Amino acid sequence: MGIIKDKVAIIGMGCTKFGELWDKSVDDLITEATFEACEDAGVELKDIEAAWLGTVFSGHTALSLSTPLKLQYIPVTRVENMCATGTEALRGATYAVAAGVCDIALAVGVEKLKDTGWTGVQPSNVVGRTTMGTTGTELELSPPALFAQLAVRYFHQYNLSTEQGKMLLAEIAVKNHHNGSLNPKAHYQNELTIEQVMRAPIIAPPLGVLDCCGVSDGAAAAIVTRADMATKFRDDPIYIKSLAISVGPSRDPISQDYDFSHVEENVRASKMAYAEAGITNPRAELSMAEVHDCFTIHEMSIYEDLGWSKKGRARDDIEAGTFKLKGELPVNTDGGLKCFGHPLGASGLRMQYEVYKQLQENAGPRQVRNPRLGLTHNLGGTVWGGIACISITGNEREKR
Amino acid sequence: MVGITSFEAYIPAYRLSRDEISRAWGTKNLGGERTVVKYDEDSVTMAVAATLGCIKSSRHRADGLFFCSTTSPYREKQAATIIAAAVDLPRQTRTADFTDSLRAATIAVNSAVDAVKSGSAENIIVAASDCRMGAGKSHFEPLFGEGAVALAIGNADVIASIDGYHSVFSELLDMWRADGDSFTRSWEERFIINEGYMHTMQRVISEIMEKHGVSPKDFSKAVFYGPDKRSHTNLARRLGFNLETQVQDPLFDTIGNTGTAALPMMVVAALDEAKPGDLILVANYGDGGDAFILKATEDIGKFRGDQKIKERLEKRIHINYEKYLNWRGLVPLQELSRPESPTPSITCLWRESKSILAFYGKRCKRCGTAQYPPQRVCVKCQTKDDFEDYKFSDKKGNIFTYTLDYLTPSRESPAVIGTVDFEGGGRVMCEVTECEPSEIKIGMPVEMCFRKVGRKGGIHNYFWKARPIS
Repeated sequence: MGIIKDKVAIIGMGCTKFGELWDKSVDDLITEATFEACEDAGVELKDIEAAWLGTVFSGHTALSLSTPLKLQYIPVTRVENMCATGTEALRGATYAVAAGVCDIALAVGVEKLKDTGWTGVQPSNVVGRTTMGTTGTELELSPPALFAQLAVRYFHQYNLSTEQGKMLLAEIAVKNHHNGSLNPKAHYQNELTIEQVMRAPIIAPPLGVLDCCGVSDGAAAAIVTRADMATKFRDDPIYIKSLAISVGPSRDPISQDYDFSHVEENVRASKMAYAEAGITNPRAELSMAEVHDCFTIHEMSIYEDLGWSKKGRARDDIEAGTFKLKGELPVNTDGGLKCFGHPLGASGLRMQYEVYKQLQENAGPRQVRNPRLGLTHNLGGTVWGGIACISITGNEREKR
Repeated sequence: MVGITSFEAYIPAYRLSRDEISRAWGTKNLGGERTVVKYDEDSVTMAVAATLGCIKSSRHRADGLFFCSTTSPYREKQAATIIAAAVDLPRQTRTADFTDSLRAATIAVNSAVDAVKSGSAENIIVAASDCRMGAGKSHFEPLFGEGAVALAIGNADVIASIDGYHSVFSELLDMWRADGDSFTRSWEERFIINEGYMHTMQRVISEIMEKHGVSPKDFSKAVFYGPDKRSHTNLARRLGFNLETQVQDPLFDTIGNTGTAALPMMVVAALDEAKPGDLILVANYGDGGDAFILKATEDIGKFRGDQKIKERLEKRIHINYEKYLNWRGLVPLQELSRPESPTPSITCLWRESKSILAFYGKRCKRCGTAQYPPQRVCVKCQTKDDFEDYKFSDKKGNIFTYTLDYLTPSRESPAVIGTVDFEGGGRVMCEVTECEPSEIKIGMPVEMCFRKVGRKGGIHNYFWKARPIS
């Protein structure tokens, strides 16, 4: 079986400011992210041979991309994998280039959540069945309630009182807001205190409002090309080392085999990704990571799921500051979903944008030291039936 | 011999004290309390609960189900079929709705007796259930209660024979609801009680006693429907029954007037205490009167229902008047700023009716794993289409994890959500009802109950929820 490692490189990226962008449309966001990426890569729209659009709610077909950009009759594909949609778009573009069917491809992720008049994101069916018809008997839960059940069971399993557990989760929110406050493109620009997070109104116990990510508008884009052509465009292309996706069978809400204290898709995707990238000690080899902190408890679970913390011991690393900006493995250096915001279809590519900038040492006050390899992790769906996407990228291409 | 072969009552857990109602309106306190259904209950769900209990205590398969109510969810569509599907009766079951009269339950019992006597049926369950509403400040609001009763009528292992049946009709508009009315209307009280209730009941009761050559002293119990406490007492006194020793408590102080279920509820309370040989006079009212004579058989001592009415009355959760108004949909609520959920697809509901209404999952024949909802490919061993049907509705379970959802659209916030691991395998994530948010915890034992989950596009939608085992 072939692997994607070092076959494709990212040569340009763009990302809009995230936030409640009342004065911008979906088309505005797509246009801004794409043109930033083109300028960054030094290519023009006419150079793009194929394009992928990732969006969950903000468009229907490939026309949602070709229309605002006036793409000239090239192949365009729209993809959707819930919150993992952005990474899915990048995967499509990368695989097309790797297959040799095109040399320059575009991936765009966009979401405009704030035109709906809703607070938060719409509730989802537990079984994740999205047929046209509905029986009206399906349990509909808000996203926080999906992840809260992970927190309740995790705390129980590892003997954390609600207070102790919430304190650990608060550390994650505080860390991500600190990082985001250093990032002018982040939705929120403020720091948080532990007390603020602990005292925030509860919306799905034990999760409070400040355990939840921002509901935002935004778009991000990437331009990829063949690794062997990358340096023609720029001196510092970023090479794709792995692109893993693990899609669960939705076993967990119907089978007693699931412990509700981890996310199996995360574990599986990370194993695939490390194998593809040739990583044996991720905690030591990764320079930084952007992970899917839609809710603080998920970031806590990810530390273990992705093999950085021992099972049940994420606590030790949170308390040691391992994942802080200056820690051993900085996580969510741009603020994460929590602070940078979470326009569903854009998030995977936004994560990639930060890793790209970090690996090029263009991350300003958030810059990590001696970056070599960065990881993005994106989860669509729920903790019990999800789509985990992981990308690992590096700033060096291995000699062949 | 034809008679009652099994019975069960369902009394909702919630209570509204009459004190609380008089607080809200500044009206006279009638004393005692009334039962209230939660917003996820209605006549159908209560009838399902009573019918399931009745089937469980019965030694014979039911071949008929008669539903009696003045508060059937549909104007045009049978409700007995919903109940029959939920309690998993075979397709050959005879179903009928007896509606529109407070006397519906005894009319249905009469029909069931006739059917069994004629040999066209062997064991028919008569399920009476009502949740009528009185308008705010009316005397009906404190008076009415909500509940359901299921009586099985058959010819084998009879615990109380039904001997004799007498019926009269009267055309008098005393209490009614016209199309579109939410609340019961009535004519002037002195007229309707005297010319309606008293007159009709005295007539039907004296005529049945005359017909069977019996007099009040022959009965160990007299079970009379009563529109209210005073009229009930007056009737019994006029007929010469001893209030202390003979007359069955009409349950006004503890339950309220449960409409079509009121008389059956009293019959069940009487049977709870009956001894072999006891003669019980039963009379119902509504658009006329029905009377019959019950005789407890030797088998009454052997009959074991789930719980007696007295025991059922022990679980009481008091709610305030504002909660009652909300539960009954009498106050408009601020809608959440969330997308409207789609109208259910009747096709989807039909296709999945066995799993939705009777709560069937599957068990893999290869690896033995029970799973819900039904799968084509086993969740454990991935074997395709090698399953047997597996019913979850009667399985007990424990809460594995849970949360409270303050954001999901629901009449009450937060929604209590639990992941239930069933004894014997299988896991379901569902709403937990009759559970205070502070009550739920990991390991809490639960059972399943049939509840209303929504109404949209004129479709009443029902599904199963977990409930703490008290």
